[in-house]
Amino acid sequence: MSRLQVVSGKGGTGKTTVAAALALALATEGKRTLLVEVEGRQGIAQLFETEALPYEERKIAVAPGGGEVYALAIDPELALLDYLQMFYKLGSAGRALKKLGAIDFATTIAPGLRDVLLTGKACEAVRRKDKSGRFAYDYVVMDAPPTGRITRFLNVNDEVAGLAKIGPIHNQAQAVMRVLKSPETAVHLVTLLEEMPVQETVDGIAELRSARLPVGRIIVNMVRPEVLDAADLELVRTAPRSTVARSLSSAGLGGARRGGRAERLVDPLLTQAEEYAERYALEQEQRAVLTELGLPLHELPLFAEGMDLAGLYELARELREQGVS
Amino acid sequence: MSRPDPAHTHDPARHLSPARVLDVDPLLADPKTRIVVCCGSGGVGKTTTAAALGLRAAERGRKVVVLTIDPARRLAQSMGIDSLDNTPRRVKGIDDSAGGELHAMMLDMKRTFDEIVEAHADPERAAAILGNPFYQSLSAGFAGTQEYMAMEKLGQLRARDEWDLIVVDTPPSRSALDFLDAPKRLGSFLDGRLIRLLTAPAKLGGRAGMKFLNVGMSMMTGTLGKLLGGQLLKDVQTFVSAMDTTFGGFRTRADATYKLLQAPGTAFLVVAAPERDALREAAYFVERLAAEDMPLAGLVLNRVHGSGAGGLSAERALAAAENLEEPRIVDQEGGKAVLRNSPDTYDSSGSPTSETPAPAAAEASDGGSPTENAGNTERSVDQLTAGLLRLHAERMQLLSREQRTRDRFTALHSEVAVTEVGALPGDVHDLAGLRDIGDRLAANERELPDPADDSELPHPDSRPEASA
Repeated sequence: MSRLQVVSGKGGTGKTTVAAALALALATEGKRTLLVEVEGRQGIAQLFETEALPYEERKIAVAPGGGEVYALAIDPELALLDYLQMFYKLGSAGRALKKLGAIDFATTIAPGLRDVLLTGKACEAVRRKDKSGRFAYDYVVMDAPPTGRITRFLNVNDEVAGLAKIGPIHNQAQAVMRVLKSPETAVHLVTLLEEMPVQETVDGIAELRSARLPVGRIIVNMVRPEVLDAADLELVRTAPRSTVARSLSSAGLGGARRGGRAERLVDPLLTQAEEYAERYALEQEQRAVLTELGLPLHELPLFAEGMDLAGLYELARELREQGVS
Repeated sequence: MSRPDPAHTHDPARHLSPARVLDVDPLLADPKTRIVVCCGSGGVGKTTTAAALGLRAAERGRKVVVLTIDPARRLAQSMGIDSLDNTPRRVKGIDDSAGGELHAMMLDMKRTFDEIVEAHADPERAAAILGNPFYQSLSAGFAGTQEYMAMEKLGQLRARDEWDLIVVDTPPSRSALDFLDAPKRLGSFLDGRLIRLLTAPAKLGGRAGMKFLNVGMSMMTGTLGKLLGGQLLKDVQTFVSAMDTTFGGFRTRADATYKLLQAPGTAFLVVAAPERDALREAAYFVERLAAEDMPLAGLVLNRVHGSGAGGLSAERALAAAENLEEPRIVDQEGGKAVLRNSPDTYDSSGSPTSETPAPAAAEASDGGSPTENAGNTERSVDQLTAGLLRLHAERMQLLSREQRTRDRFTALHSEVAVTEVGALPGDVHDLAGLRDIGDRLAANERELPDPADDSELPHPDSRPEASA
């Protein structure tokens, strides 16, 4: 099992939720995981119902069986100061740079430096060992940028190593790439059973593969329960309206005669069923596209009432049952 | 499972009643409206909304260009802009009887950046910039570039003055607000003090009193040089000085675009779906636009669900579904539908209504022959009907959730005009689909049921059936 688990996905597919659930699932049975946020949205804090995360590793949840989930929201500015400190022992000079806007410059817009720092920090956590030589974290799960940017994000070190041909950044970039392109890393993509996210997933996987980044699993999130199956949908087309009306009537919903209350329910209910059928067909189509990709495919249920902490544990259990951890 | 809902005293089928209803047609028809910006978080149908608005305005006689950022393939194909060449293309197949035109383009961010360089530098210098590795990285999409280029393109389109309406889709940013900040950020970076320090040491050194800055600068370039590698720093310096001398004032351009957005004639539409996160983002956006003095026209609420049977509550539908599924067990065991139509079954399920179900036999003569279906088919029809009722219950639960989130938004922002667009089961991939969305946007059509249903269903049917 790869020790760095990167979770990406199109915006709106719930990749933060899946990353958090995965961190919980991997922590089960006494393991320790670090959940890393790189986009400064504080999505993890929201999900775990805690206050905003500072730039430090902090325990946010206990997993079943005594495991622990730590979280870290990486702040690129502070990460850069960390690096300067590490490489140059800069104290006041670092503050002077900050005053002049150099840090802002370097983290906001300098090509890829920001992404180098973010991936670098995550890789550092992957490799970190304690005094006894054990890994500090069994797994590091990264809530990564969306599918459209993930390859570029992970590959930025290659690019930076090419731009900065010498110096510590160059060396750092190469060290990070060695982790990211090894089996130590797996990049998972979260999607929905909808056309656009699936298309992005297909494109994203092609990009990751051509950059030789290790693709892990596809996780289909927010899968709606099957209320009507294929046989039911066939009946929707063929069953005489009158029999449905009688059935409604027998369930206590009024008269089945023309104009009766049960009878008047038939059309709207069948319309809803047709809408369902259309969506069902679209979902099957998209499921087939995903299956074609030949990667491990997992489905997580939709929580109609919205995601909360209990739902997160539920998803973690689901992931474990599906053998993801 | 539905949790007990303290707010359930309200009718789930009640319509959204904001202080104001957003009327799209007058906005699109007004010749003073020159720019419509659709913004909102990702995945709420922003691009589709922009395209639908553009088509509607064009078919009502305006000369429109739609600037999309990252459209779904089939949506792009529906407008014939699946080739990405950064130039507005005329969309064929629209109804141009009112004299309008629709043009559409997809933003190519690198191409837009290249065009700026080519337009402002002599060929030799342009080639040097385009070949600079720093430039290649920057233009291919670092934070803010896409947002900046979208605004740059908008400025260009507006300056050409060939269209009387420009509809803009905004980039799917990490935060929906990035596109407001990015031009300033990029502008102030390229135009800023640090860059000047990096690129013009000689100029500064010559002036009296600037010596100390020079010290700061050399310390800084020294550090940055060590950090980034001297060669990258040189690339940055070459790039910036090339850019700087060819066209001064990225910031000036960014400021101009920003002012264009504030000008009368620009209308912002915040697009959202009736979901917690999307509406939270929408509320944030509304506040931000107000803070920036950007003219907000209103909120487009996409994917609102409705039901033709809104009078049948989720609870009632579920109870009825259970009622239908129970006798099925008997069917399977005894082969005969013993419990069918038994009033007891229904009453024991705890339904609040005292209605006795009409015996199917009494109704049967109306619909068709009672013998037309074997017991087996009847059972599967019951199963189907139970499924239909469960589907309906889900729909009604969804409706009340959507209502609660909308209510929360309207409570906070009653000043914002709203229009609702009903949810479609599939994606839009042709002009007819876009036209349909346009109709829905303009009609502010209620997806919700005829209220007459309401009063009727939960009560015993006392009216003569013949009246129908």
